[in-house]
Amino acid sequence: MNIVVCVKYVPDAQGDRTFKDDNTTDREGVDGLLSELDEYAVEAALKLKESGEGEVTVVTVGPEAAADAVKKSLQMGADKGVHVCDDAIHGSDAAATSLLLAEAIKKSGEYDLVLAGLASTDGTMSVVPAMLAERLGLPQVTQVSTLEVEGGTVKGRRDSDVASDTIEASLPALVSVTDQINEPRYPSFKGIMAAKKKPVETWSLADLGVDAERVGLAGSWTKVTSFAKRPPREKGEIVTDEGDGGTKLAEYLAAQKFV
Amino acid sequence: MPTDESADLIELTREVCRRELAPRVDAAEAAGEMPREIFRTLGRSGLLSLPYDEELGGGGVPYEVYLQVVEEIASVWMSVAVGVSVHALTCFPTVTAGTPAQQESLLRDMLSGELLGAYCLSEREAGSDIASMRTRAVEHEGGFSIRGTKAWISHAGHADYYTSFVRTDDLGGKGLSCFVVPADAAGLTVATPERKMGLACDPVAEVTFDDVHVDADRLVGERGQGMQLALAALDAGRLGIAAAATGLAQAALDLAVRYAGERQQFGRSIGGFQGLGFMLADMEAAVSSARSSYLFAARLKDAGRPFSKQAAVAKLMATDNAMKVTTDAVQVLGGAGYTADFPAERFMRDAKVTQIFEGTNQIQRLVISRHLLNH
Repeated sequence: MNIVVCVKYVPDAQGDRTFKDDNTTDREGVDGLLSELDEYAVEAALKLKESGEGEVTVVTVGPEAAADAVKKSLQMGADKGVHVCDDAIHGSDAAATSLLLAEAIKKSGEYDLVLAGLASTDGTMSVVPAMLAERLGLPQVTQVSTLEVEGGTVKGRRDSDVASDTIEASLPALVSVTDQINEPRYPSFKGIMAAKKKPVETWSLADLGVDAERVGLAGSWTKVTSFAKRPPREKGEIVTDEGDGGTKLAEYLAAQKFV
Repeated sequence: MPTDESADLIELTREVCRRELAPRVDAAEAAGEMPREIFRTLGRSGLLSLPYDEELGGGGVPYEVYLQVVEEIASVWMSVAVGVSVHALTCFPTVTAGTPAQQESLLRDMLSGELLGAYCLSEREAGSDIASMRTRAVEHEGGFSIRGTKAWISHAGHADYYTSFVRTDDLGGKGLSCFVVPADAAGLTVATPERKMGLACDPVAEVTFDDVHVDADRLVGERGQGMQLALAALDAGRLGIAAAATGLAQAALDLAVRYAGERQQFGRSIGGFQGLGFMLADMEAAVSSARSSYLFAARLKDAGRPFSKQAAVAKLMATDNAMKVTTDAVQVLGGAGYTADFPAERFMRDAKVTQIFEGTNQIQRLVISRHLLNH
């Protein structure tokens, strides 16, 4: 079974993240890494590979440094990587990114399953998997916490507040997984050494045959027009218990419409 | 870093430290719990077998790089770093003197990352003077029978095997031999752990061998080669302790610098007062020189040159400096440093033992002076 995993290189969520003058993510001020939510997708792919036969290809779209996200996936155990990298991609929104991923996946060869994470830890929109499925003409099984592949079908469970749905689709399909699905492994030192020898293709827009006007800031359907820092957390209210602490707490919760 | 892969290895170590060690260290040290699962995580990433050859199942990493991994771990969790160093020590005799058959049957598992070892050398009455040890192995049909009690054994009760040095012949230092004893051997018992000042997550206890049978193929090296193996292992092991002490001191320095920058008195941060600024500068100099001294020794070892003297210098420097730096860190934090709400006091307690174990610093001076005077 051939599995493609989409991964994203994001600014470290523990750093002081901000935007640049053109309202795109600042990728220089903060160290980048493989989005932690994508590690679950890589792990899911590796587990499927280990339980049968197949090959895991990781695909990323991003600046030069995004090669690190591919490298980390290869160190974890993926077999080969694809990095779509072109200056004209800068500022691409979710729809444009899904176009690039779709073209890269088509170019990378035969596949049975496309895996993605729940969302990126920077954009956190969670729409790219669905858009990608649409572009590839695949059934989409999104946000599942379990994953089984048997015969020509894939089955997963999507948990929500009110119910758990079991969703089944025929392969090839696209599946996005949550952070509940597994415990991603750390690379091993042997994995680090092995990753050196694994093939990574770097493709430009020309390689993919994608017109530069369809991607980047200009080609994106959505645009960030302004941003504001989240206001600092305000000082909490301290309730002094003079025998009526419970009542005061209940009143506070009621006033805030929590109860 | 000599290669890109070494840099990636350090990056991996930092990630494991940040995600697995940092969230657990404070609670575990307060409770004194041995974090066995942490060692499995490190083992699965290959961090328990780095300095040994790839053909043997190790990582084939230069000592220079392995020690920086130990330092990184120590800067987050000293007990775990000491454990990593001790485990490397327990593998040393089989790596250097094991037969090909032993390297296949014993060492593969020891370097697999799943197992954790303990190193049984000291006894109550045989500390620095190891040649006076009394635990004895008597040869009998098909193997040896070991009787006696070993003291100050890290990982006692949690280890999967005990690399043990015992007397096989009445020839003083030339009558010692090394055995790898499985933890489940009949007659091997572990006493109540010592109540220690620091390194709360490194359980240390006496291990008693009550006519423990070991098969002859668990004798590592020649009969009588034990002392030589033990001392050679300690030369390398001392570098692990030097690196761990450096990481511990770095953690104390980082904490002190952060605190001195934040703490306001007399309308300014206390780090702005020269009295404290100079203290921090001395601490930085102590940490940097400790790091330089262990790296120098490691490079000699990696180059295949004699490094025993330099290893003793590194152990002496790095651990004395760690004691000084951690003590000063408590001072910089003032009253806060004396409370268990900040890790400064734990760093100070953890530092003390580094001047004592794997050869007291008095013994290091003995080793150094003997090298100088060719004794």
